[in-house]
Amino acid sequence: MKDFLFIFRVDYAGMGRLSAEELQNVAAAAKGWIENIAAQNKLADKGNRLIPGSGKVLRSKDIITDGPYVETKEAINGYLIIKSATIEEAVDIAKNNPLFKLNIGGSIEIREVSTI
Amino acid sequence: MNDDKLIPHLFRTEYRKIIAVLCKTFGLEHIEIAEDIASDTFLQASETWGIKGLPDNPAAWLTTVAKNKAKNYLKHNKILLDKIMPGIKYSAPQTEETIIDLSTENIRDSQLKMMFAVCHPCIATEAQIALALRVLCGFGIDEIASAFLTNKATINKRLVRAKDKLRREKISIELPLPDEINNRLDVVLRTLYLLYNEGYYTSQNENILRRELCYEAMRLTFSLIENEQTNLPQVNALFALMSFHASRFDARMNEKGEAVLYDEQDETLWDKKLIQQGEYFLQQSSRGKQLSKYHLEAGIAYWHTYKEDTKEKWENILQLYNQLLMLEYSPVIALNRTYALSKANSIDEAIAEAEKLQLTHNHLYHTLLGELYKNKNVQKAAFHFSEALQLAKTPEDKQLIQRKIDAL
Repeated sequence: MKDFLFIFRVDYAGMGRLSAEELQNVAAAAKGWIENIAAQNKLADKGNRLIPGSGKVLRSKDIITDGPYVETKEAINGYLIIKSATIEEAVDIAKNNPLFKLNIGGSIEIREVSTI
Repeated sequence: MNDDKLIPHLFRTEYRKIIAVLCKTFGLEHIEIAEDIASDTFLQASETWGIKGLPDNPAAWLTTVAKNKAKNYLKHNKILLDKIMPGIKYSAPQTEETIIDLSTENIRDSQLKMMFAVCHPCIATEAQIALALRVLCGFGIDEIASAFLTNKATINKRLVRAKDKLRREKISIELPLPDEINNRLDVVLRTLYLLYNEGYYTSQNENILRRELCYEAMRLTFSLIENEQTNLPQVNALFALMSFHASRFDARMNEKGEAVLYDEQDETLWDKKLIQQGEYFLQQSSRGKQLSKYHLEAGIAYWHTYKEDTKEKWENILQLYNQLLMLEYSPVIALNRTYALSKANSIDEAIAEAEKLQLTHNHLYHTLLGELYKNKNVQKAAFHFSEALQLAKTPEDKQLIQRKIDAL
């Protein structure tokens, strides 16, 4: 089994266009998606969601800016780590994420975690 | 209780009291001496009582004899006496009388401390349970062997190894320091939980003994609640969990000794008092911020005390299983959660998720899928039940699955 990091990116503006009910449904579906992964014993780390607009970016010790992420179409909003034998399987797991049922942009980047 | 039952019962309760007090007095490195004195006492009891009949107060009789034997032992073992005396030098007066303190208070104190010694992390889990049954519960080697479905030699080996370990690691009989109690308690609770499960889930015909394993686990858990330092939320949660399960003892077995599944149980046989007890301790467990797996399992058991299927019941159970899964994965939790999914959401959703679990070597996996398919696709249900029948190990499990096949 290998570990794969899922990096979630969303368009916060697009999410803002969802109704309260739609947002609630998507949150519940996302929760169910993670629980199903855990039920298959494939959840290595349930990770976290990130607070929008809370970031800082350091380009050097002196160049520190507020994170630009909220305004971009692809802002990181969370991560988790799953266990799977192959990246293809990891992709299949990601495909079931409820994000892709909505037409509001966003992406999941899948990266194998190095063991060294 | 008639004499046939009274004597083994008395031996068990008095044995563990004597062992705990003597171990605390002599030190765990001399646990064998404590065991010898206790065994000698019971041997003498069987002989004397066999001839003269039962004394008026058998427990007091045993205590006195054990005390005398211990005193004699000390008299003839200067080394041990010299070792013990300095330790209690300041607790006057220095006679053997005060050394062997079999007062209720000292018994309770000794047993609690013994519990932490027996459940020391350096001892393997299996050995902890065997040792707990022997020295904390006073079970005989043959009883432990039949509880574990193994032979006396295996249990003896396990016990000897565990006692060696206690000696080598110089484990002392004392409560952990206040800041260690939480961590050490984890192991104690796990052992009590396993002890309970050993009695509850491994069904066999001699189920009276098994039920006693459960009661013993409950007694030990309750003794943790009685002590202020160990009366922590997770302990209350575990006790609540045990109470809820115990409430179904009479309903989960029919007259023929066959297991009765939850759905088919007569809920009028559920013990209301134990359910109320569970509710009380579940409430007690909600103080504090810690949410242990015992809280979650007690919550699930609580919802099972409502027989009627409601959406609220199954949604709560599903969420509790979800939280449990996040805390730690186990195939049984994953399967139970999938069953809750079928009740709370839909059978189709549960089937889709169940098939992803791929626990194809587990008879419970196939039983669950058979159950989910039985009103959807009889052929698939039959396939899974027959797989389950092949994989099941105990006759009881096989019998249950066969009944499901016959009902298709």
